[in-house]
Amino acid sequence: MPSTMNDPMIHAENIHKRFGAVAVLKGVSLQMRKGEVIAVIGPSGSGKSTFLRCLNHLETIDQGRIDIEGETMVTTSAEGACHYVPDAEVRRICRKMGMVFQQFNLFPHLTVLQNIIEAPITVKGMRREAIIPKAEELLRKVGLLEKRDSYPSRLSGGQKQRVAIARALAMEPDIMLFDEPTSALDPELTGEVLRTMRQLADEHMTMLVVTHEMAFAREVASRVVFMDHGEIIEARPAAEFFATPEHPRTRAFLENVL
Amino acid sequence: MNYVIDILGPLLEGTTVTLKMFFVTIALSVPLGLCLALLRISRFRVIAGLVNGYIWLMRGTPLMLQLLFIYFALPFVPIIGIKLPDFPAAVVAFALNYAAYFAEIFRAGIQSIDRGQYEGARVLGLSYAQTMRRIVLPQVIKRILPPTSNETITLVKDTSLIYVLALNDLLRAARSIVQRDFTITPFVVAAAFYLAMTLILTWGFQRLEKRYAVYDE
Repeated sequence: MPSTMNDPMIHAENIHKRFGAVAVLKGVSLQMRKGEVIAVIGPSGSGKSTFLRCLNHLETIDQGRIDIEGETMVTTSAEGACHYVPDAEVRRICRKMGMVFQQFNLFPHLTVLQNIIEAPITVKGMRREAIIPKAEELLRKVGLLEKRDSYPSRLSGGQKQRVAIARALAMEPDIMLFDEPTSALDPELTGEVLRTMRQLADEHMTMLVVTHEMAFAREVASRVVFMDHGEIIEARPAAEFFATPEHPRTRAFLENVL
Repeated sequence: MNYVIDILGPLLEGTTVTLKMFFVTIALSVPLGLCLALLRISRFRVIAGLVNGYIWLMRGTPLMLQLLFIYFALPFVPIIGIKLPDFPAAVVAFALNYAAYFAEIFRAGIQSIDRGQYEGARVLGLSYAQTMRRIVLPQVIKRILPPTSNETITLVKDTSLIYVLALNDLLRAARSIVQRDFTITPFVVAAAFYLAMTLILTWGFQRLEKRYAVYDE
């Protein structure tokens, strides 16, 4: 199916996922349009990270359907059999999404610049001369150009995460997935990472952010999704969501965290 | 002193046999060990199990026995039975044996790399082979340098086992002079030769470790 302008960036339908006997996702559906910033919040163990990881195939789903920009990655037949498109296709489709992890996952044996240019060179076959100026531009954007030749171990957590964001952006994704990007950071370092993310949102990057930062969800997200026990309980525009939460479980959660 | 110079000739000849044995074994067992390690951690249970059995066999029997088997007994084994000349027989035994030890070192190294490294590479679009070559193995090398250094030093000394196939390695050369001249001086000189070889190895590995110390984990 060729993608068109009107296709949602992410179309996830009735996603089910079990880890052994535990049902982690029980029929999660989400549509995401271009330029949307969606914050996924919820108590730990609610399945929000797993949902994110299913979208770019870090986890395989047991049932459901995922289309990315109109291209089908996985479908489920009427009999309930889950079918992924061939692996090379899955990888190509997943390349439309960049991802930032809680634990950064920078490559410790490579310098900051090498971390950023590795995938464009190895995966896209770009020439060093072509990618280096772009990588430097990205580093300038996240405010770390002077750390170009440092190894990740020399950086603070906030700096590491900004490099990780630059590294993901170097692959020119259409969608950015953030899996609790500030949860491993000291409170005084979360600000710099959130600023970088806000800047991305201002540039109309499509972003799906699993987070515990309510202020970020309120101020930056266009929509907030609240998950609990493997289900989406409530998904509404951010202002409405915080002003008039509908579901009792949402209210209970917000009372706890705000 | 003159005596030492007199016996240097045959001892140096023995040293070339020892070094040849050493380098050929390294050249064969390191890549073979890497392949075994990758198979051992692969998803294919049957293959992983077979490799596991192979490693058990190679580490569970004396290298000397393996040497003797490949040289004397292999010719009588149906189908795969071939008669190898002495040096190739020794090379096969050493390569097979050391590959098993290297495989375990590599496996430990590969498995010590955090899962996040694989995921980080994967979301950037790297294939499994690219992830291994560009991300995992370069980090593995740093971690396995100390045990690899151990293993190669052991190999230098283990090469002396090939005397059982009547190959004239350094130790055998020294022993035949000892038996001829009734003096232990050749043993002392041989010891100095072994020490020199292991010193070079130790020094080489220390340099490698220093080179890889430019980054912390």
